[in-house]
Amino acid sequence: MTDIQYLAPTTLDEAVRAFAAAAGKGRILAGGTDLLVQMRAGIARPGTIVDIKKIPEMTAIAETKDGGFRIGAAVAGAVLRDHAKLRKAWPGVVEAANLIGSTQIQGRATPGGNLCNGSPAGDSVPAMVAAAAVVTIQGPKGRRELPVEKVPKGPGRLNLEPGEIVVSFTLPPRPKGSGDAYLRMIPRTEMDIAVVGCGVSLTIEKGVCTAARVGLGAVAPTVLLVEDAAKALIGSKLDDAALDKAAKACSAACRPIDDKRGTIAYRTQVAGVLLRRTTAIAAERAGRK
Amino acid sequence: MAKLHVSTTINGEPQEFLCDADQSLLDVLRGPLGLTGSKEGCGSGDCGACTVTVNGRIVCSCLMLAAEAEGQQIGTIEGMAEGDHLHPLQQKFLEMAALQCGICTPGVLMAAKALLERNPDPTEHEVRFWLAGNLCRCTGYDKIIRAVMETAADMRGAAR
Repeated sequence: MTDIQYLAPTTLDEAVRAFAAAAGKGRILAGGTDLLVQMRAGIARPGTIVDIKKIPEMTAIAETKDGGFRIGAAVAGAVLRDHAKLRKAWPGVVEAANLIGSTQIQGRATPGGNLCNGSPAGDSVPAMVAAAAVVTIQGPKGRRELPVEKVPKGPGRLNLEPGEIVVSFTLPPRPKGSGDAYLRMIPRTEMDIAVVGCGVSLTIEKGVCTAARVGLGAVAPTVLLVEDAAKALIGSKLDDAALDKAAKACSAACRPIDDKRGTIAYRTQVAGVLLRRTTAIAAERAGRK
Repeated sequence: MAKLHVSTTINGEPQEFLCDADQSLLDVLRGPLGLTGSKEGCGSGDCGACTVTVNGRIVCSCLMLAAEAEGQQIGTIEGMAEGDHLHPLQQKFLEMAALQCGICTPGVLMAAKALLERNPDPTEHEVRFWLAGNLCRCTGYDKIIRAVMETAADMRGAAR
């Protein structure tokens, strides 16, 4: 016997009402790959589970009028992978989401869940930060938007008001000569938690980097947007001096923990190494030979 | 709290059941529905022994609420053979002894079948990555990977 309530509303308004009514005892169920594990371990004891996968807006990938994409918060990683146009425009975002767990986990795990789990090591988040994703949030007071890097507050904590639900991620249109990539350092070959994760998105015109964004994961209480690293890349030909400066900016931004998966010194150094490697892949995708 | 009534489709057959809100699909499959082919190894989505398909995609049934099965197409290992006629993967696993204790086998077979449906000609690398979420503590994986590769080759030959 259980006193948990399971709801699967078909509209966002209903979901917001149900979630707000649960008054702190509610949990949103997207892919469930974190929530069910937490429930089983006794870490989460929700009074109401609000399953958002019956809401069309939250399970759809749509192209926006200006040529960007809107990705529902409850779209599974496997669905992202199967979307050829999205994969072509944002290979880094898709590869980051597809590093989360096994094939089975990919069938369920979602970018919305990855963000809202609030782990600084969530793989999709640095790639979304690099991509300048804007998060649409709906709550009892209506709808608002936040840059993705503003959503996490700390490990397991979010800048969301009570009753607010993450609805979707909007990725901007891609100028010609753009590319993105995500790499993470793990001691295994697959199915592990990032020791450091790095997302880079850039645009190259006539050999010169004209726009760049860098997201770093697992090196601070939240995923970071590293503006100094982007500044070092912009205006350069991605030469050694620029890469060195950007790598140093990444290392300087690190405020990591010391744990069994990586020491402070190690994470700080690897952040710079990953910046170089990820930038190389993003540049190649941007069409630089 | 009253039990939830769920209408779903399992291995192509309409199926109804009652469940608690926090009960996993795996619990309902193995309990009231008596479909004990799906195994519980870890209960946390790490081992893949509980692998089933939901609308054709593989998932860990331990990480899915039974209530979420409402209106979905669920596939389990019990639906893999057609009567006494084993699926080519099942037949090959027997021939090549690609199992020992057998606990992981239903999940491995479900995952491998989904792979071959998407990609009839996977590389060894692709097979190993696809099956990375299916842990086996007996075989060392080599026999499993070889059996999947050989089945894929046989099925490609048969399709020609």
